[in-house]
Parts: sequence; structure tokens; C-alpha cells
Amino acid sequence: MSKLVIDNVSRIFPAVRGGTPTRALEPTNLSVADNDFVTILGPSGCGKSTLLRMVAGLDTPTSGRIMLDGKAITGPGADRGMVFQSYTLFPWLTVSENISFGLRERGVSQRERTRIAGEWLEKVGLTSFANHFPKQLSGGMQQRTAIARALANDPKILLLDEPFGALDNQTRALMQELLLGIWERERKTVIFVTHDIEEAVFLASRTVVMSARPGRIKADIPVDLPHPRHYTIKTSPAFSDLKARLTEEIRVEAVLAAEAH
Amino acid sequence: MKPLAPISSTARVVLGISFFVLFVAAWSYATFGGFVSKTFLANPWTMLQDGWFLLVKQGFLHDIGMTIWRVIGGFVLAALFAVPIGILMGAYKPIEAFLEPFVSFARYLPASAFIPLLILWAGIGELQKLLVIFIGSVFQLILMVAVSVGSVRRDLVEASLTLGARDAGVLKRVLIPSAAPEIAEILRLVLGWAWTYVIVAELIGSSSGIGHMIIDSQALLATGQIIFGIIVIGIIGLISDYAFKAANRRLFPWSII
Repeated sequence: MSKLVIDNVSRIFPAVRGGTPTRALEPTNLSVADNDFVTILGPSGCGKSTLLRMVAGLDTPTSGRIMLDGKAITGPGADRGMVFQSYTLFPWLTVSENISFGLRERGVSQRERTRIAGEWLEKVGLTSFANHFPKQLSGGMQQRTAIARALANDPKILLLDEPFGALDNQTRALMQELLLGIWERERKTVIFVTHDIEEAVFLASRTVVMSARPGRIKADIPVDLPHPRHYTIKTSPAFSDLKARLTEEIRVEAVLAAEAH
Repeated sequence: MKPLAPISSTARVVLGISFFVLFVAAWSYATFGGFVSKTFLANPWTMLQDGWFLLVKQGFLHDIGMTIWRVIGGFVLAALFAVPIGILMGAYKPIEAFLEPFVSFARYLPASAFIPLLILWAGIGELQKLLVIFIGSVFQLILMVAVSVGSVRRDLVEASLTLGARDAGVLKRVLIPSAAPEIAEILRLVLGWAWTYVIVAELIGSSSGIGHMIIDSQALLATGQIIFGIIVIGIIGLISDYAFKAANRRLFPWSII
């Protein structure tokens, strides 16, 4: 059964000062099944973040509609958790308070909040940093907290917008393993936007490739690598084949995008 | 010296004090050396003697107390009024569109020019003094608070929305805490300006306060007393500034400011 249905959704940004309107996203259809891990891969400016923001309800489609469990999305809500590329922890709250922010907005009792935050602190390995402020954390720790904050709210679907884009390669690889580990245990529905091919293959059970502006879906490729995945899978022949195929797909688009700019 | 290179805290203190020393030295040289007539500028020693005389014989402590109470009274009134309005203006664009043009206009009305009117309306009592400070501070505060709330990071607001926050939650638990350190910093800044208004208010139609003493001393050509009064204002300003800074550091340990 499809959990999320994106039905003919397009986005055109209005013209600024007599310029032409920007067609960020051509009418797009996409269905995401329950408990699936879908990565959306594309060059910068392909509308992948715009699509994700519309699912989150932070942006409104110019046409079409987005349905979650059969209900149309009209605005942001706690049923769709989001992790942003920029560091968006609330600087005035401790790590633990950040994780329980959504619970507090829902009126969950202090005791229950502390308990759930404690669980998530353990899952992302930050128990000893519970009472630190975000500015005392490294980038990787901040994003781990942001993932915990989104998941502590128990959303129906988790949206991630290039969450590891600002991290160094080693940290990024560790974060991928952590996220994949959490998904293998919790089996949440996940949409993960990235421009990193290896990341898209390693995490996904399905990768959607998007074309350069105006954005549209170009390819939809299942990733049939076994779970649980170990980081060594990145050197397996099956992984390399998929990577090669996606590299080919994305390269054409990157060239087009470079010419367009 | 290299641009932006930090210095040790000892060097900072020594350099800071040495300018005061240099300043007093230049002043002493000009006055003790006879380059400036005593009528126009008292020397540091006369200033201290006059100050002692003021404090012990003239009840100057009472004047200082009155002035401090007026500043704080007028400023607290202005803050109680301005901070909520500024927050609402920053958070809600229709309120901003409604009030911003008027507040921007009112900000340029000089508080001192209102003194004759205020005397007419409120007499020469304490209320008039408080109103001068209120008018001088309130519009500045409203605008600066509105700007700081309006410029809260959008991605923090978006993050709170995806976590299920609604309008009131965004205002109370994102916009206000996020802008709080900057608002405290604005209060510190505007309190400094309030000090200049209070003296102006006391120069006209007043029977107590530091400004009143300064005007009285002018009639007696007691430049030592005037300078002592000015220095007292400076010292109180410095103390309140440090107190504010220390309080802000304690209140907002998470902030970078």
C-alpha cells in the first residue's frame, strides 16, 4: 500500500522584477510505500528540495496534490518529521530539550518527555551530552540530535534534506550507517534527498533520479542490496554496478545543468 | 598590531585604564599649568573637593538617588510598553504594517522638545520627568525589538512547524527565546540613551537630581561641581552597563553574544 502519493505536483516560482517565472518542478508523480527508504538523487537546482519541502508542507504546489495516508497535505505538521541541511537545533535548548521539543508542543508530560528523550539520546549515542547546548556540539552530533528530535515525535514519515551535506566524508559515512541502523530497527517511511550517488545507493531501497531544471523524475531504480547493510557493501560488485548506472544517469543531467547556468 | 588578533585580558585592562590616566593627565596639565582659566575649567583637585562638598554638605546623594529612580522608572515603563508591542510587530506582519510608519515617524520627534508640552500637561513633578524618558526610549525600543524578532532564523521556525508547533507555540517557544538575548542587548543600549534624556529633563523645571545640581552650579560658576556631576553620571552608566552585560551572560549562556 502506498503511504505517500505525490499526484501531478508542480511548482513554479513567480517572476521577480519582470523576469521569467522559474519552473522548479514539472508535474511529477511519485508513490512511496509504507516503511520504504526512498532516496531522491539529482544535481543542484533540480527541484528535489522543493519537492521535499512541499511534502513537509513548508511550500505549496502550484498544481497537483500530495496525500499522506489518503489525506491531502495542507501545511506543516507533526506527522511529517524533517531534518534540514542547515543546523536547526534550537540554540537555547539543551540536547535533551531539543529532542523533546515536539513532544512538548503536543502536551506530553515532563516525565514521559524525559523518558523518550533518554531513549533517543541512547540510540544516537549522545547520552553524555544530554545537558549540552547545541553550540557545544560538533556538526555530526548536531545532525544526530536533529534526527533524534524528528523521530522522537514518532512521525508517519521522515524527510531528510541533504542532512549530511555539510559534514566531512568520514563523519558522513558514520552518519549514514547510524541512520540506516535506525531505519533497519524502526522501519519508518523515509524520503532522503541528496546529490551524493554513493549515499543514495547505500541508504536506499529505491532511488529516484531527477533531471536538471525544470525538475522531473528521470529514473526510478530499485536497490536490491541485502539488509542489514554493512559499510563494506560499498566495495561489492552489485553496489559498484548501481553506482555506475546512476553516475551515468546523473552525469547527463549535470552537464545539462551546467550548460543552462 | 595585526587586524583582529586577540589580546590578553591583562593587556586589555591595562590599556583601558591607561587611557583614563592619560585623560586626567592632559586635564591636569591644562588646568594646573595655567593654560585654561579656573573660571572655565576646574582642575581635578578642585573637582574632587567640590564633589566632597556636594556629597557631605549639599545632600548630593539624594540628587543621585532621584536621578537613578527617574531613569529606571521611565525606562521600565517604556520597556513594559515597548517590548510586547515590538514582539507583536516583529511576529505579525499586519501589525507591523499598521504601526511601523507611525513609530518610525515618532522616533525622530526629539524628547527634549516635548518638555514644554509635558510641563503643561503633567506639571513639573515626577510624572513629567518619567514621561520625557518614556517618550525618548519607547519608540526606539519598539522598532529595534520588532527588527530583532522579525529577523529570527526562518529555518528554526520551519523546524518548529515540522515538529508540530502552532502559531502560539512558534511565538512563545521559538521567536521570543530566539530573540531574547538581542532584546536584552537592545535594552542595555537604550538605557544608555535614557540617561541623556533624564539630565535634559532635570535641567528644566526641576528641584532635585543631578541635572538640577548642574544648572545650579552654572549660576555659581562652580565648574568643579558640574564636572563632578558629569563624571558621576558616567560612572553610574558604566556600572549599569557592566551589570546588564553580566546579567545577560548569566541569563543566556547558550548565546554567542
